[in-house]
Amino acid sequence: MNSYRIKGAKDSNGKVGNYFVSNGKFVNESDSSSSAKEIDAKGLMILPGFVDLHTHLREPGREDAETVLTGSMAAATGGFTAISAMPNTLPVADTAGVVEQVYRLGKHHGICDVFPIGAVTVGQGGEQLAELSAMNQSEAGVRIFSDDGHCVSDALVMRRALEYVKTFDGIIAQHAQDPRLTQDSQMNEGEISARLGLKGWPAVAEEAIIARDVLLAEHVDSRLHICHLTTAGGVEIIRTAKKRGIKVTAEVTPHHLLLTDELAESYDPVYKVNPPLRTKDDVQALREGLADGIIDIIATDHAPHPHESKDCEWSAAAFGMVGLETAFSIAYLAMVETKLLTLAQLVDRMSKIPAQIGRYQGHGSMSVGVGANFTLVDLDSKWKVERLKLASKSKNTPFDGMVLPGVITKTFHNGALVYERNSN
Amino acid sequence: MKHLLSISDLSKDQAIEILDTASELARLSEGAVKKFPTLRGRTVVNLFFEDSTRTRISFEAAAKRLSADVINFAAKGSSVSKGESLKDTALTLQAMGADAVVIRHGASGAAHQLAKQEWMKGVVINAGDGTHEHPTQALLDAFTIRRHLKSNKGDLSGVKVGIIGDILHSRVARSNILLLKKLGAEVVLIAPPTLIPVGVSDWQVGVSYSLDDEIKSLDVVMALRVQKERMSDLYFPTEREYARGYGLNSERMKQMKAKSIVMHPGPMNRGLEISAESADSQRSVIVEQVANGVSVRMAVLYLLLGGATFKELASSGESM
Amino acid sequence: MSVVLNSGEISRALRRISHEILEKNHGSENLLLLGIPTRGAYLSRRIAGAISEIEKTELESGTLDITMYRDDLRLKAPRTLLPTSIPGGSIDGKDVVLIDDVFYSGRTIRAALDALNELGRPKSVQLAVLIDRGHRELPIRADFVGKNIPTAKEESVRVHLTEIDSLDEVLIEGRSQ
Repeated sequence: MNSYRIKGAKDSNGKVGNYFVSNGKFVNESDSSSSAKEIDAKGLMILPGFVDLHTHLREPGREDAETVLTGSMAAATGGFTAISAMPNTLPVADTAGVVEQVYRLGKHHGICDVFPIGAVTVGQGGEQLAELSAMNQSEAGVRIFSDDGHCVSDALVMRRALEYVKTFDGIIAQHAQDPRLTQDSQMNEGEISARLGLKGWPAVAEEAIIARDVLLAEHVDSRLHICHLTTAGGVEIIRTAKKRGIKVTAEVTPHHLLLTDELAESYDPVYKVNPPLRTKDDVQALREGLADGIIDIIATDHAPHPHESKDCEWSAAAFGMVGLETAFSIAYLAMVETKLLTLAQLVDRMSKIPAQIGRYQGHGSMSVGVGANFTLVDLDSKWKVERLKLASKSKNTPFDGMVLPGVITKTFHNGALVYERNSN
Repeated sequence: MKHLLSISDLSKDQAIEILDTASELARLSEGAVKKFPTLRGRTVVNLFFEDSTRTRISFEAAAKRLSADVINFAAKGSSVSKGESLKDTALTLQAMGADAVVIRHGASGAAHQLAKQEWMKGVVINAGDGTHEHPTQALLDAFTIRRHLKSNKGDLSGVKVGIIGDILHSRVARSNILLLKKLGAEVVLIAPPTLIPVGVSDWQVGVSYSLDDEIKSLDVVMALRVQKERMSDLYFPTEREYARGYGLNSERMKQMKAKSIVMHPGPMNRGLEISAESADSQRSVIVEQVANGVSVRMAVLYLLLGGATFKELASSGESM
Repeated sequence: MSVVLNSGEISRALRRISHEILEKNHGSENLLLLGIPTRGAYLSRRIAGAISEIEKTELESGTLDITMYRDDLRLKAPRTLLPTSIPGGSIDGKDVVLIDDVFYSGRTIRAALDALNELGRPKSVQLAVLIDRGHRELPIRADFVGKNIPTAKEESVRVHLTEIDSLDEVLIEGRSQ
């Protein structure tokens, strides 16, 4: 087993210290092995490894876009030590067999923890509940269920799912999108969609589902998680729900914290994403919501697509952006450089809190005895996003060419060095 | 101006230059001159992913009157791989050395992508992309209005234009709104609220839900085609109800100002957005719109292609 | 920059050309004067005025835009079209006199001949120019010349007319002193 002595690293509060890793865990100096490899981390931040509750890995079925291996590598490159594989694969991860397959692939590669998310309904069809208990009791131990990519739009199905997962402290992660209000929709509905002739995707299509679901969660007293919140109105609904004591949590993606619908004016499908980029006012409300704790966490919605799915007309292109490798830098830019959050608060929202929501053990903390999942970050340097150099198999990043703060220099998973940035 | 993708590519002066050029070409064509040698040796490709015989023929006639070689490429894309076919077609045209591509496509932004993604180098002229724009239609409409109401000169200030019907799905409406406003006209959109885009309040145009309230003050009544499919998408309850509220008929025509004109981009649904009597009345300039289309498209082709080719420009270091 | 024709010299030259046109065509009856825009059109109007005065008649002057017929379109940005107007509506059977300000390579006149060809079949086509500066690139000659001015290629000849400029004069620019 690898042993390390990390010397002179600063934690997210700026406190300089030494960290000792042995047998995959953080240990006291006295328990550190004398043969431990010393790493000079002077000037670097040591942060608990990031935890993503919303990742698309495409395996099985679309290995041309991403695999568990390449997705894990992208995660480590971005400082993540745990990711959550969404079930919209081919076949859909709606049985114990598929979630176990994904889980084992993650284990086998050993680059980060891969926690599968199970489908709520069979084939994500929205009609019949999938075998949620079986997935929970499988080796993958699934706790989060989602039909992400599709909304559980039938109120009765949603109610039953929320109730059913209470048996094992499960949580339903809703992709809030009223399907009838968003039929063939292409981008945020507003002046720009009107001008560009792209079919509008109204904010209300998202907010109406969120409002319904928080009320359902209240009624059945279940845990609800709202995926990729994008609208100011959605933030207000969650704010009200939390005030009422409803067990709801919410996530926001880095891209929705930075980008707006004006980017669609280029007709470049790299900016086509579900849910769509919204207005400046929405971006501001999301940032404030995240700062207030109304939005609990940042999740990437890393959605790899092969080049041909984006190298075409806007309306024919696939929805989605890759995000694992840029998540921390974009979030830092949007939240810390704007002084809305401290670094420590941002790290909580990318590591500790998502680990709590997912009940992921061994993540989100650097206390002695906990799994040594952490990343070393150089906050004094910047890096340039170059799409072709991404570790992800797909290159559909909207941030290509941007120079961003926060260089992930090393990532450790269960005490093993899984990523090291080339010094050039 | 390298391409014509959207009316927003044009300055007011450039728009007027197109109209003036079209007007001179129309005058020459009325006389003995039917053909100019101007674009001899240039290749214009009509790339139509959607059927539109009238627009294609209009561009074809325009290009031929300027002595260009015309290739008609009817590439009705398969629904499975629309994207690939646009890119691959563009690469093919590039290989064939097309100097200009006139593109009609069902996807909004297709012309932009053809021009901007470096799939090909020639001039791109948007002949209608999805529900986005149809700039040459707007130019020929402005040309027609100017001829009737502004003595064929200058801009359109002082003219009030009502655009009636399915604004939401109309590329003709979008281009017309941009161009009419650029040329100083007053624009009012008249439609049931379901057919007016959300966000239109930023466009600095009037919006009205009543044709009867507006018709007396309009100099131009522009009726848009209403597709019957819209009914099933709940935009309006029945054709009869639509025609009652927004159809142009002889009763409503009686309310119009003395010199005002009736326009329609075609093809018409007689009896729905426009009655047969209105379409065939003295006020109707619908047939003339078609004729003006050729002159306006000649002007656009001449102004975009009349200069050096891009290869020639690149080697001489000049700019257009 | 030097003045090669002043206002008085320009009007005398145009007057002489008017007489020569009348003499060669035995009067003004079958004449059709077409100026090439921009300045050729003004010269044509002046010549038509002079002929009308001499002959006590009303001779109209027309214009012929040659933009669409130029062979150098590939080399230059497209120009705005200028008006073409044919008095009487037809050139068929007429003795057409093309009028331009400066006669240089001959390419403008070639384009004008092409344009005429599209418009009809004149009985004859003649050419009147205010300045012939030489350097022909085509086998075309002028029938009536205001003044021959030998020039170097790098020089440029500028004709100013009161109709659009402040005064009448012809200048040569770029001549080494």
